[in-house]
Amino acid sequence: MDFLRPASWEEALAAKAEHPTAVPIAGGTDVMVEINFDHRRPEYLLDLNRVGELSEWEVGEETVRLGASVPYTRIMENLRPELPGLALASHTVASPQIRNRGGVGGNLGTASPAGDAHPALLAAGAQVEAESVRGSRLIPIDDFYTGVKRNALAPDELIRAVHIDKADGPQQYSKVGTRNAMVIAVCAFGLALHPGTRTVRTGIGSAAPTPVRAKAAEEFLNAALDEGGFWDNGRIITPSVAKQFADLCAGACNPIDDVRGTASYRRHAVGVMARRTLMWTWESYRGTDRAARRMGGAA
Amino acid sequence: MRVNFTVNGRPQEADDVWEGESLLYMLRERLGLPGSKNACEQGECGSCTVRLDGEPVCSCLVAAGQVEGREVVTVEGLAEYAKQRSEHGGCGTDSCNSSRTAGTSLDEAKRWAARGIDSQTGEGGELSPVQQAFIDAGAVQCGFCTPGLLVAADEMLERHPNPSDADIREALSGNLCRCTGYEKIMDAVRLAAARQSEEV
Repeated sequence: MDFLRPASWEEALAAKAEHPTAVPIAGGTDVMVEINFDHRRPEYLLDLNRVGELSEWEVGEETVRLGASVPYTRIMENLRPELPGLALASHTVASPQIRNRGGVGGNLGTASPAGDAHPALLAAGAQVEAESVRGSRLIPIDDFYTGVKRNALAPDELIRAVHIDKADGPQQYSKVGTRNAMVIAVCAFGLALHPGTRTVRTGIGSAAPTPVRAKAAEEFLNAALDEGGFWDNGRIITPSVAKQFADLCAGACNPIDDVRGTASYRRHAVGVMARRTLMWTWESYRGTDRAARRMGGAA
Repeated sequence: MRVNFTVNGRPQEADDVWEGESLLYMLRERLGLPGSKNACEQGECGSCTVRLDGEPVCSCLVAAGQVEGREVVTVEGLAEYAKQRSEHGGCGTDSCNSSRTAGTSLDEAKRWAARGIDSQTGEGGELSPVQQAFIDAGAVQCGFCTPGLLVAADEMLERHPNPSDADIREALSGNLCRCTGYEKIMDAVRLAAARQSEEV
């Protein structure tokens, strides 16, 4: 095994181009487990810890450009107003020790359906900035997950950052596990209200081969909220609408039975989380003052 | 490969390090510091917790090569680290202290043993406040999880001098203990916090 230690982003890209099989390691919270247990013996480990810009973030007008290695702890501490859904999701990641090392780039690189960040990224709207010596491109989050632990990266590409839309409304995140800390999600759900565009976006984790959005549920809810004038009148969402939304979210799942839970439990739990996160975010939206609601709607 | 890094305030060099090796293995097997425990090797249990540039991390999940040029504090250096912190303020490492700390030599660290202040004779006194509190509160049973808990608890007390129970639970949520049921550990951390605030 060779340990590659690029001192800059350019060196890292050159190393990845020269050794496309090199496994990038940043926080190490996935890669080292596989090496410790002899599940993986990569020919090259590509250490990204010395590439400082990967641990930085920039808050722009519409998006946050989050460096691939920004630890979850920093997201929780610094980006809660801009990325409330991701901050909530970050807090559910494993333990303080893991959150001090792990970041969103690793979640995306591993592309496990159980990665905690994925539902929040799907719900908020995001693009993955992938780069190689050939150039840089932005991959929409909806196109990023291509299969179980597979993603849209080319062999010579590295994840530089994630561009996440800044919250324009309330966001929530919910995760089911056997205890509060150190838990791999049995299933997880993210929901974001976007009053600016009068849309709702969702993200489901651990209940399909890849993280997915419940698109039929979103379309149903967007139409129902529009029809009832809910964005303007701020009324409580009708229970039948919430139930239909929850059922459609459960229907968007394609789960398996495994050691953490059964497929039918996952479907049920996703429905419950969908209804709850909708209620929480909607209550929060209703709490915002009427005039602000109208401005948000006009924006 | 060779790895140069700072352990407990002193520069160290580890040779013949395998590229896929963890920081934990390097500490235990190459430097002879077995204080950090090897239990799950997957970041679930926190027994191997050390501080890397001040942050508590699972040393089993840090690749040895990643610590080149960086600072590690292990449980063996915790007493000295806490002493430096109380004398100089800040976090007790070079990264936030302008004056270079004395640190703990490898030999001292290897010989380190828990000698607390004996309640009968008053002897000893080479423990950090959180270590002494663990002994006094009876928070140690089999002891395997203790080093990781000490490092995590000490770091929490650095950030939150007056922690709530929720702060303590949150900070120790990545450290598993199968003996105590955690209540004595909670007592110990509360005790350390109370003693710390009395001193100020």
